[in-house]
Amino acid sequence: MKNCLIVDDSRVIRKVARQIFEAIGFVCEEAEDGKVALDKSTALMPGIVLLDWNMPVMNGLDYLRALRAMPGGDKPIVIFCTTENDLTHIQEAMAAGANEYIMKPFDADIIRGKLEQLGLMGS
Amino acid sequence: MKPEDFELFSTLVRQRSGLILTPEKTYLLESRLLPVARKHNLKTLEDMANMLRAKREEILMFDITEAMTTNESFFFRDNKPFVLFQKNLLPRLLTARAGKKHIRIWSAAASSGQEAYSLAMICAEETAKLQGWKIEIIGTDLSREMVTRAKSGIYSQFEVQRGLPVTHLVKYFQQVAGDKWQIKEPLRQMVQFREGNLLTDMGASGTFDVVFCRNVLIYFDLPTKGRVLGAIHTMMPSDGYLLMGGAETVLGVSDKFKVIRGEQGLYVPHASIYESAAAPLAAGIAVSAAAAR
Ligand SMILES: C[S@@+](CC[C@H](N)C(=O)[O-])C[C@H]1O[C@@H](n2cnc3c(N)ncnc32)[C@H](O)[C@@H]1O
Repeated sequence: MKNCLIVDDSRVIRKVARQIFEAIGFVCEEAEDGKVALDKSTALMPGIVLLDWNMPVMNGLDYLRALRAMPGGDKPIVIFCTTENDLTHIQEAMAAGANEYIMKPFDADIIRGKLEQLGLMGS
Repeated sequence: MKPEDFELFSTLVRQRSGLILTPEKTYLLESRLLPVARKHNLKTLEDMANMLRAKREEILMFDITEAMTTNESFFFRDNKPFVLFQKNLLPRLLTARAGKKHIRIWSAAASSGQEAYSLAMICAEETAKLQGWKIEIIGTDLSREMVTRAKSGIYSQFEVQRGLPVTHLVKYFQQVAGDKWQIKEPLRQMVQFREGNLLTDMGASGTFDVVFCRNVLIYFDLPTKGRVLGAIHTMMPSDGYLLMGGAETVLGVSDKFKVIRGEQGLYVPHASIYESAAAPLAAGIAVSAAAAR
């Protein structure tokens, strides 16, 4: 549960997110698009995925659908983290199996709050 | 700022709101009060102090007090008190109030309304059990600006992400004007907001079965905390519940309430017969210890 896959095409965002998750005690892997994320998920199923939507090669939604179709792919907690901030996108993500949704910009408080709601903060 | 001006402002604010301002807070006072001075067409804080000395105008005193309040709040703040409310207090009240089917909840110092709306969302989630019940949720705050915001139910994208599960965002909010979100009408109708000062306006609103009074007493001095808790006590049946913030307690402040072991932040009137899951066990240990002696 403590390994986290951070999927975003921006290196800066991956770095910021990584620092937040590592401070909470997660071990992090990074992927710059959905395809790389899918390969890494096949090698090692992550406990939690922080997932951007718009990325080259394979977008976040397609990754999520592929992940959920994989054996054991129903297990990871998937948190979308994207600039898409309208109800339609949120509903589409939830329907595809996302557990949470963060609208960028985000900060440590928002991530921690979401993890707490998901029961992943450990007291 | 001249010490006598600081003294004038801090005394005014303390008398009207309970907020204690020590001289280290001079910078905060200055940055919060300069906009008030401008609004009243006064160039400097010294001018505003002199104005106050000359004429104790209500609107100026109100604006100064309001400007010094700290209004930070978020949905499901600290989470635990809300879980406690949903899983423990609400079920107990459903039994205790089965006769009149009426529960009254007070968010005292409600700020921009997140606490009251969080409670409303919980009641909405439990709607199946609450058929035929009347649930009143009332939020009060000293700040007129906050009461207006709370009534509007409009929050920024940032605010709706702090502590609020996205499922609740989808269910209970509608998107308005770009990146703002507004609480939907049915939920807004569950909650009433009004201006109210914890130091002076107590007692006129009847009694409350549950009182959330969080993150406001920390700003007051000891006698004021005691006074407010005393007033809350008179507004509560003996089987009512008081919830306070993580940095607050009744211990050493008021003997009107007692602590519930194992339920952080929950306090009940002294006369309450509340038994937490842990209490009978603890009592049993006390009895066997006494028997052993
Ligand atoms: C930090 S907020 C707490 C909001 C909410 N209860 C929570 O815990 O998130 C404190 C609020 O107390 C209000 N307040 C301060 N003094 C007050 C008084 N004497 N009577 C009523 N409200 C007061 C302020 O206006 C402010 O909105």
